[in-house]
Amino acid sequence: MTIVENLRFLGHRIVNAVWRIGYASRFFMMILFYSGTSFRRFHLTIKELFSSGVMSLIIILVAGTFVGMVLGLQGYETLKRYGSESALGSLVALSLVRELGPVLAALLFASRAGSAMTAEIGLMKATEQISAMEMMAINPIARVVAPRFWAGVISMPLLSALFSAMGVFGGYVVGVVLIGVDQGSFWSQMQAGVDFQHDIVNGMLKSFVFGVAVTAIALFEGYDAPPTAEGVSGATTRTVVESSLTILFLDFILTAFMFQGG
Amino acid sequence: MKRTTLDLWVGLFVVAGLAALAVLALKVGNLSTYNMSDTYQLQAHFSNIGGLKSQASIKSSGVLIGRVGEITLDSKRYEAKVTMTIDKRYQFPKDTFANILTSGLLGEQYIGLIPGGDEEFLKAGDEIKKTQSAVVLEDLISRFLYSKAEDSK
Repeated sequence: MTIVENLRFLGHRIVNAVWRIGYASRFFMMILFYSGTSFRRFHLTIKELFSSGVMSLIIILVAGTFVGMVLGLQGYETLKRYGSESALGSLVALSLVRELGPVLAALLFASRAGSAMTAEIGLMKATEQISAMEMMAINPIARVVAPRFWAGVISMPLLSALFSAMGVFGGYVVGVVLIGVDQGSFWSQMQAGVDFQHDIVNGMLKSFVFGVAVTAIALFEGYDAPPTAEGVSGATTRTVVESSLTILFLDFILTAFMFQGG
Repeated sequence: MKRTTLDLWVGLFVVAGLAALAVLALKVGNLSTYNMSDTYQLQAHFSNIGGLKSQASIKSSGVLIGRVGEITLDSKRYEAKVTMTIDKRYQFPKDTFANILTSGLLGEQYIGLIPGGDEEFLKAGDEIKKTQSAVVLEDLISRFLYSKAEDSK
């Protein structure tokens, strides 16, 4: 008896999961489909760019500087053992541009802006603002969801570039100004080590993919949230957990493709 | 918030993001050294290029003057054929030496040009005749061991 029950439970979970994946991909296609309509009123996207991009600036800039400073300190300690302190510049820049910039900026973006998106849309649904829009023949996907999606996709690469630039600055402050690594070799090793196409363009590509993933997850969770206080809070939590795991998983896949044997 | 202030902040944000990207590309990356104003091409054959890669730097007296282009195997001579792209500002005599050197003990390999004393200069498409291959560590070690063995006889 318990075996049958367990099997039924398993089947129920799998059917639910497949249904959710299907619903999510339909939702994603709807966003792309109605993007044209929302671009005709572009100030909606600009408003969302302010709340998800500009408002995330402080956390991104401060976090980037401190990550770069820590990289400078730790990298110096390790490189000193091999007598190659001059490679500090390329160590800091490469790890920021390739990995830490896109990934950490996306993680911060998911918890700073993604959770806010989910809560906002979930609450709109709970207070029946979405149904009210449909009653007035306004498409809620074009009016509410698509501008938020494009704002996230646009601001994510910009935030990641700012994060990396601030990180390099932080590494410079610690490495050159405080510790006293030679300024010339710091920059020249960095320029010799970082390739524009191989490292910077690929890093930007990563952060673009993360931007799509994070905003799509956040918007879907908000749109799908049960219209209760508990439902919205659960959806917000799920957004942060799911998008963080997705970022790390996608990062592994993308790295495997981009930097294999490079 | 008023629409104009909103637009201003978003505009500032986008400009700052693009500026950060430009800083990364020019100051951190090697984009500034990529597109040298005017370049010409030279060729050289090496019997062994070691770990030389395309886009490696070409230096003369330590100054960066160009980049390695294509590296192919010349199937007639069974030697590596290296195309070098060199800044037009720098001209080299016909009997210039091209050596494959290593920056530091474990650093990247690059091509060093040592100018000779010829009156005529190399033109675009010319070949540098005098080349020296990369030093392969295994060869050095085996040579050292053989000479030791000879000594002890």
